[in-house]
Amino acid sequence: MIGGQMFVIDQSRCIGCEACVHACEECGTHRGTSLIHLEQIDPGVSTQTAPMVCMHCEDPTCAKVCPADAIKQNEAGVVQSALEPRCIGCSNCVLACPFGVPRYFPEPDQMMKCDMCYDRTSQGLAPMCASVCPSEALWYGTAEQFAERRPGQLINDFKFGNQNVRTHVATVVNDRNQGPLDLATMTVRERWQDDPFGLGAG
Amino acid sequence: MAQPPLSEQQLIERYGPHLNQAPPGGWDAGLKIDKVVDTHCCFCGQQCGIKLKVANNQVVGFEPRYEFPFNQGKLCPKGVKRYLQGNHPDRLLEPLERDPSAAAGFRPVTWDHALDRTVAEIRRIGDQFGPDAFALLSGVSLTNEKSYLIGKFARLALGTANLDYNGRLCMVSAGAASKRALGVDRAPNPWSDIPLADVIIVAGANVAECAPITTSYIWRARDRGAKLIVADPRVTPLARTADVFLGLRPGTDSALYGSILHVLIENDWLDHAYIDAHTNGFDEAAAAVADHTPQWASEVCGVPADRIIEAARLWGTSATGMLLHARGIEHQSKGVENVNACINLGLATGKYGRPGCGVCTITGQGNGQGGREQGHKCDQLPGNRDITNPEHRAFVASVWGCDVDEIPGKGITAQEIVEAIHDGEIKGLLSICFNPLVSLPDTTFTREALDKLEYYAVIDFFLSETAHHADIVLPGSLHEEDEGTVTTVEGRCVKINAAVDPPGQARLDWDIFRDLAHRLGKGHYFDFDGTEDLFDEMCRASAGGSADYAGMTWDRIVDEQGIFWPCPEPGHPGTPRLFEGGKFFHPDGKAKFFPIRYRDPAEVVDDDYPIWLTTGRVVSQYLSGTQTRRIAQLVDQYPEPLCEIHPRLAATVGVESGDRVTVTSRRGAITVPAKVVETIRPDTVFIPYHWPGDKAANTLTNRALDPISKIPEYKVSAVRVEKAAGEAAVSITDTRDTRLHDGETPEAAR
Repeated sequence: MIGGQMFVIDQSRCIGCEACVHACEECGTHRGTSLIHLEQIDPGVSTQTAPMVCMHCEDPTCAKVCPADAIKQNEAGVVQSALEPRCIGCSNCVLACPFGVPRYFPEPDQMMKCDMCYDRTSQGLAPMCASVCPSEALWYGTAEQFAERRPGQLINDFKFGNQNVRTHVATVVNDRNQGPLDLATMTVRERWQDDPFGLGAG
Repeated sequence: MAQPPLSEQQLIERYGPHLNQAPPGGWDAGLKIDKVVDTHCCFCGQQCGIKLKVANNQVVGFEPRYEFPFNQGKLCPKGVKRYLQGNHPDRLLEPLERDPSAAAGFRPVTWDHALDRTVAEIRRIGDQFGPDAFALLSGVSLTNEKSYLIGKFARLALGTANLDYNGRLCMVSAGAASKRALGVDRAPNPWSDIPLADVIIVAGANVAECAPITTSYIWRARDRGAKLIVADPRVTPLARTADVFLGLRPGTDSALYGSILHVLIENDWLDHAYIDAHTNGFDEAAAAVADHTPQWASEVCGVPADRIIEAARLWGTSATGMLLHARGIEHQSKGVENVNACINLGLATGKYGRPGCGVCTITGQGNGQGGREQGHKCDQLPGNRDITNPEHRAFVASVWGCDVDEIPGKGITAQEIVEAIHDGEIKGLLSICFNPLVSLPDTTFTREALDKLEYYAVIDFFLSETAHHADIVLPGSLHEEDEGTVTTVEGRCVKINAAVDPPGQARLDWDIFRDLAHRLGKGHYFDFDGTEDLFDEMCRASAGGSADYAGMTWDRIVDEQGIFWPCPEPGHPGTPRLFEGGKFFHPDGKAKFFPIRYRDPAEVVDDDYPIWLTTGRVVSQYLSGTQTRRIAQLVDQYPEPLCEIHPRLAATVGVESGDRVTVTSRRGAITVPAKVVETIRPDTVFIPYHWPGDKAANTLTNRALDPISKIPEYKVSAVRVEKAAGEAAVSITDTRDTRLHDGETPEAAR
């Protein structure tokens, strides 16, 4: 929460347009370098895509595994790119992050990642990606605004095997009391998607 | 003599497309921002609000325009990077004249020379062959003011009937169908109606890629529980989420919508009171689909019958509903019929003129809506008036201060103009913001036609592939260099503000036309000082027409964040939603059903050409790519056309993703990499059309036209698909995230 506002990611709404990828490059803290991820979920089979920003964990795994103590959280809970003088480019963080967010850049030999457009969010502006996202897969605002605008409940507890992770960025579920999200086990498909063109029928 | 002065490759090396990938001075220039200009994106009919950041008279970045109600800061990738078209190395900075002896193929000339030569050629051709032998082809990326000016310029300065525009390739089928059914040509709803619909049918519209901002409106309806039905030969990114997917065969849309009407009638999911009170022709329309059963349509369309019935049930039993259609159903030799078949569904269930109810076209081009209203089309005068109607002509003549006989009659349409050039009937051409060598069907034919022109002058900001054929190139203005208005997909007239001045010797488009008119001895009709003068005259000329802007002023448009037409007098609030109270624009106030029976597309598959080809767009490119093929990030996103092919067909052809396939139609052949996907019908392949030369999908497409709208049949051709012999496979793995991992540069990752 920065000034009462929060980031919500709902990958199911993604249309793969890459507006976020291009807008990320415009962020004032890492101009010219896009740090958001956009994945194709099942290339060739589905048009499903999914953006991934840093979830800004309350107790970030990337920072815990950093041997150089280069990854810091600021007072608002934003997990920042590795401090350039400290980062040794080992990529421990790249391997350890359960969400696959940090990336190692050979030039300038440093891990860089989403910092939730802190230049903007600290001034009350939405991050670039959430500003432009045409489908609101990436969204920024208060919890009250979210509740007014959309159905679904916000959840920020995730489960990766035995590791539970609590994040500042939330995602959307039908029932937040269902317990931590186990992303590895989730599939949601309309039935027609198994056979979009009815080929099995004839 | 309109053959390119040098080879295509030589011209590309000199004039581009080259790629602009960073703002002026680079990413870390740290420029002091002099001003931030509220304006709109130049790409597509959504006309998203955007703020352009200006430093040193150059656009150096953008900022989301959160307060503009339509998009509230949202942008697609084209909008995010649109600012990179400014300060571009390919920008035309001085008038050019064809000169095969010059190293660049063109030599710089003075404005006086360029304009005087153009005027001399207009006069020579007019004297020798008559005024209609000189044609003007225009574009609807242009503002309302320019569209109005060009309509007037063609009629009064050139004296030619043969003015048409690239809106002919956009939404003319929708316009013609709406006019004959509803009496007016405009999407009947503000987009704020979409979230109020209980069911939404998306008919041949790749919303996520061609109108991305509309996605959030559809999501908001679904958040209220609305059902989504998508009809498309491909599982587009929006279709992926549909409740009902109708994956129909290209060119069978009227069978599908006729069948839905059949099911509505069979189950009495009709609004009889509405039909009786507000429409004509229902019985004929019902009779036309009496045999269009879902079982029959299932065979024709290749869609399971139960899905057709379910779509009809959802549409027929929902209290509110909207149908959004676009080029998929309109780009056909049956484009008008397809749209009328959709309008029939709206009328039969009373889904018009109420919140959350309407059948809307999603206009494609930047000013697709406004451009066609201001007299910029071969059959129209300002205010959406009919050029063949004596009263309409007399009114416009009174505004223009000319004799009514000075206004030529109805001309021929864009594709017909190119055919008349090919036939030798049209000898001279002036074009602006139109790149037919990429955007018209049957590229080989278009190229032959351009080669035959005796004189060709182009006004543009980049040297498009079509402009390679020019005798004279006049450097005009980019969107951000001029002010004016455009009318959006919603029928909302919004203000475009100038951010920077044209660079070098480039001039504002309207100033070029005014200068030409003066040199043609018609200056007295073009005595205005700027675009606001033009707007005021345009509003007067629209008064009393169906697209009535008479009550608008620039100040009001800015203050009210746009005004929906009709706005017939000062103080009128504008008309966001049409047809309230069941009042349509025909003289009797009623809407008309049209009897639509399915008929085959112009070309059907056979033993020699057994596969359907359909064409379209990708999200990162805009139309013929004159602008977007010059922006590095957009090119990187989808660098070249791929042939989408289903695994079953790919197995038959013997190819995997990345193998090159040769796709051949009766018009020609191109060779492109295959992209094997389960999201397309196995009897159909898809290739996007944004590229020229040996990557031009339009090499394959058919010049068959809709008999009413004269739109070409881009969406349906018969082709053969073969593995390209001796061609190495290329890596076309989706690079979306892999190109970001490990800090690779995009080029290295490909």
